[in-house]
Amino acid sequence: MIYKETGQYKSSYKSDHAIFPLLQDKIAFSTLMFIAFLIIPFVINSYWEKAILVPFLIFSLAAIGLNILTGYCGQVSLGTGGFMAVGAFSTYKIMTYFPDMNIMIIILISGLITAAVGIIFGLPSLRIKGFYLAVATLASQFFLVWLFNKVPWFYNYSDTGQITVSERTMFGIPVTGAEAPSYATYLFCLVLVVVLSFAAKNLIRSKMGRSWMAIRDMDIAAEIIGVPPLKTKLSAFAISSFYIGVAGALYFAVFLGAIEVTESFDIMTISFPVLFMIIIGGLGSMLGSFLGAAFVVTLPIGLKFLMVDMVGLSAVTAKHFEITIWGLLMIVFLIVEPHGLARLWSIAKEKLRRWPFPY
Amino acid sequence: MSVELLNFIETVLNGLMSGVMYSLVALGFVLIFKASGVFNFAQGVFALFAALTLVGYQTGQVPFAHLINELFGTNYHNWYASMPNFLAILLTMVTMIALAWIIERLVLKHLVNQDPIILFMATIGLAFALEGVGDLMWGSDVKVLDVGIPSGGSIWLEEATIGLAAEGSDYYGMYVDVLNIWATVIAVILVVTLALFSQYTKTGRALRAVADDHQAALSVGISLRSIWILVWAISGFIAMVAGIMWGTESGVQFSLSLIALKALPVLILGGFTSIPGAIIGGLLIGVGEKLAEIYIGGYFETGALENWFAYVMALVFLLFRPQGLFGDKIIERV
Repeated sequence: MIYKETGQYKSSYKSDHAIFPLLQDKIAFSTLMFIAFLIIPFVINSYWEKAILVPFLIFSLAAIGLNILTGYCGQVSLGTGGFMAVGAFSTYKIMTYFPDMNIMIIILISGLITAAVGIIFGLPSLRIKGFYLAVATLASQFFLVWLFNKVPWFYNYSDTGQITVSERTMFGIPVTGAEAPSYATYLFCLVLVVVLSFAAKNLIRSKMGRSWMAIRDMDIAAEIIGVPPLKTKLSAFAISSFYIGVAGALYFAVFLGAIEVTESFDIMTISFPVLFMIIIGGLGSMLGSFLGAAFVVTLPIGLKFLMVDMVGLSAVTAKHFEITIWGLLMIVFLIVEPHGLARLWSIAKEKLRRWPFPY
Repeated sequence: MSVELLNFIETVLNGLMSGVMYSLVALGFVLIFKASGVFNFAQGVFALFAALTLVGYQTGQVPFAHLINELFGTNYHNWYASMPNFLAILLTMVTMIALAWIIERLVLKHLVNQDPIILFMATIGLAFALEGVGDLMWGSDVKVLDVGIPSGGSIWLEEATIGLAAEGSDYYGMYVDVLNIWATVIAVILVVTLALFSQYTKTGRALRAVADDHQAALSVGISLRSIWILVWAISGFIAMVAGIMWGTESGVQFSLSLIALKALPVLILGGFTSIPGAIIGGLLIGVGEKLAEIYIGGYFETGALENWFAYVMALVFLLFRPQGLFGDKIIERV
């Protein structure tokens, strides 16, 4: 009853191709956008910004990026951390060379640079696939982190090897640096995430997205029916890296402010958690990227609250529990629901369609 | 002989020995991959877990002591002061076999016929879970592992080689860690035993049959599940040997699990399906890494090529032979 589509006629191609064809979806989405843009900025405080909302937005972007590559194009990548580092360091270098450039443009250019790097590291995907490719992407992770750690030009010869963001403003309000108000950083990330998500959603529905999925489902068959593997795979690498690069730039400039590459972009802190996000959220689903990111960002907070504050375990033991639970969750999801939270949501929608009637 | 040549030989020798360590880890991967088609990312954590368990048994730690103490305010730490090495190793082996059984029951059984890549991701989850459990059980502090394998520079070799250099040159002999020599010997014994086992015993033949063709093996009455448990137990055993070697060298701690990441380039170089490939790949990577560190590393002024050199080496190699050095030829059909 709640989620019925009866009576919603589509009388033009345009309405048939809408991103949200159903009225209920439109209402839900508009409500969400209304809350996100017009309510949260007024009630946000520093804790919600730093602990939940901004990391959620940034990791959603990274998850969308990895989902394009792994979920839609079927190329497993473990190099997310390395590509995020490229985004972060490009932002830093552009900031130092062009002090007057707008931060939004800097971040988008960083994304483009990451896309170029992604194409280079995507080249092996033309020859190798599956596990071999997963291992090859690890090479990019190690090489890039090593590069940013060891070549002093990247961190402007600072003694600590750290890079620190300087203050940049949008419309006169600082969005990076220590002085940035919570609502500004939140809105800055939100705008980027919303715009880029729409772009990704539309890309996936386009010819390009369909060729990605063809390559994912069976690459030889796709090649025979005329999908060029070179162009398709490299475009997936480029676009995926663009999203991951933008996420890395935001992670550095807006979220952390100061980073040390070996800690912040480690395989354990970035690459695997982002992989969790798309597995738990749902491979090959936009909604899944968001659900997965929300899950991965909020679960540690919830677990910490439960175990440290309620049960009284020490922080170290709680951390060990957290790792164990991550591993178990991943296995459970793969066994019980390989399509992730997004699939659970569509099952729920199916149920809501006829609820409360049995048929 | 000139000093340069001797240094070169020393580098190659040390490279070969560290290559043996890589091969040990890679071997565990290959065995599981051949028999069950699972790319077991948790192999490194297996080694860590085995080493942790071994130290735990040796020193008589109470499992989950931290957790119990924090929950109930008790103060348990050790059952007993020490245990003979032999007994501790035996008990660790039993634990690894039990672990293999648990993994088969709880994880693999439910994932039969899934995509290989899904299984791969499940083993990433397994790696995390096992690491967490290991830390919870035995604590995450750095532990010293000593099962009586000698370590340190070999004085004998140093003295034997000092005379090889030309008269009057500044040469102090070769430095080779005794531990590495032991590791090599043990690895050779291990590989020979494995080869004999798979060649001449009934179970070994069943193992090879499963590796060749699951369906055919099933139809002649080989129990796939018991073979899988066996294979996971064997690679648990190999992980234990690797864990002992690496643990003796650098202490038992979290970074031990990262040796899996070291073994991956070995695998893509040697091919996922070939045991000789794992060994030769390991040796090649070991030597290549050491030579690169000394002869190329100098040009970068930054050093620490070790982290990625092996990967790039394997990657360049893959461009020419996508199935690795000894891997089965990849035949693709629509």
